[in-house]
Amino acid sequence: MTELTMRFIWAIGFVILAPFLGGLLEGLDRKISARMQRRIGPPVVQPFYDVRKLMNKQYIIVNRGQNLLILSYMILMILTGAMLFGGTDLLLCFFVLATAATFMYFTAVLTGSPYGTMAGSRELVQMMAYEPAVLLTCIGFYLACGSFRVFDIVNSDTMLITKLPGFFVAYVFILTIKMRKSPFDSSASHHPHQELVQGIKTELGAKNLAIFIVTEWYENIFLLSIVGLFFITKNPLSIIVALMAMFIVYFLEILIDNSSARVKWTLMLKMTWIVTLVFAGVNLLILMLLK
Amino acid sequence: MGKVKNSPWLLHYDGSSCNGCDIEVLATLTPLYDAERFGIENTGDPMQADILLITGGINTQNQEVVRQLYNQMPRPKVVVAVGVCACTGGVFKDCYNVLGGADSTIPVDIYVPGCAARPQAIIDGIVKAVELFQKRSDRHDRYEIEQKEGGNANG
Repeated sequence: MTELTMRFIWAIGFVILAPFLGGLLEGLDRKISARMQRRIGPPVVQPFYDVRKLMNKQYIIVNRGQNLLILSYMILMILTGAMLFGGTDLLLCFFVLATAATFMYFTAVLTGSPYGTMAGSRELVQMMAYEPAVLLTCIGFYLACGSFRVFDIVNSDTMLITKLPGFFVAYVFILTIKMRKSPFDSSASHHPHQELVQGIKTELGAKNLAIFIVTEWYENIFLLSIVGLFFITKNPLSIIVALMAMFIVYFLEILIDNSSARVKWTLMLKMTWIVTLVFAGVNLLILMLLK
Repeated sequence: MGKVKNSPWLLHYDGSSCNGCDIEVLATLTPLYDAERFGIENTGDPMQADILLITGGINTQNQEVVRQLYNQMPRPKVVVAVGVCACTGGVFKDCYNVLGGADSTIPVDIYVPGCAARPQAIIDGIVKAVELFQKRSDRHDRYEIEQKEGGNANG
């Protein structure tokens, strides 16, 4: 019973705290990016200013179906994170995550805007590129701990990074796609002036764009938590190691974002699948042989 | 209600300008002038924009485009005419197809003079526009509340 309440508290904690942490993380991202470009940059709380403004703008909508779809995207994303922090099945978390991404695709193509539709199909290609690595990561966790349950993974005796270094590399590689960072930001970019106007968020305005931004904060916290999962053990001190790893990975993403140009989807597909096959694949073979 | 002046997002439209002002508008967003420190972001999307920066005059071909861009922007919104062409038509004023400055088609709030307008002047214009944006936002919120309560909206 106490275990169940603890898991419940973690899940509720995620739902409440993730937007604040995610927003701060994005603010930090913009500040660090600015410093990398020798600018002063906006204040760290700038993302919160943006969302507050968007909530107050006039609500213009092209197709009312968008409301339902974007809300489904948000709810499924929150559910994904709550399930992870609740310690349930990791495989299920990633399937719900894929469903959320599908709802975002429908939101983008619903209005028939050429930019939105084009970005939507690019989003699907991106999903095709990262899904193998995501699924293999789940399998890696299973082979290392004998369970898909996050609760068992968190309570393992050793740091799983020692058994799963290849999976870690593959996961961090596809994180660039999931976080919409350059060079793999062909469907939507955080930076203005890309060839598809605003990509999949072209037809989102006011409240709907605010929902999209907040959902991305949830998503970033969820994705970084998976990074932490590679480092966390029974020992409470491992939480500090996990947090440090998360920050280092996030900094690495910002660095890659600022130092690379966008690539075409064919190159993205080749690069991600080769990295996935080589690193995660070899690691998988070794784990299976050692069993 | 909320303070919105911390987050003005721009939409930049080039009318029939010589591109001089456009380059200066882009220069304001580069690291040297760093307009992002005010929270300014250059979105290319009218649905997400708060301030319309328009350079160059209006001609018979782009008049409809400008009108449509203006109509697609959600309230509250502010229009800034950058450069003398957008203010009055400039040297192109007497051309057969030029209708005049941006105010010949849409209501313009802030006029930034110059040929080409300097980045400092553009930032100055945007900062003025941001104050107006905040005022309009407060009025917009009052209007929305009155609409919700079913009272008479005056103003």
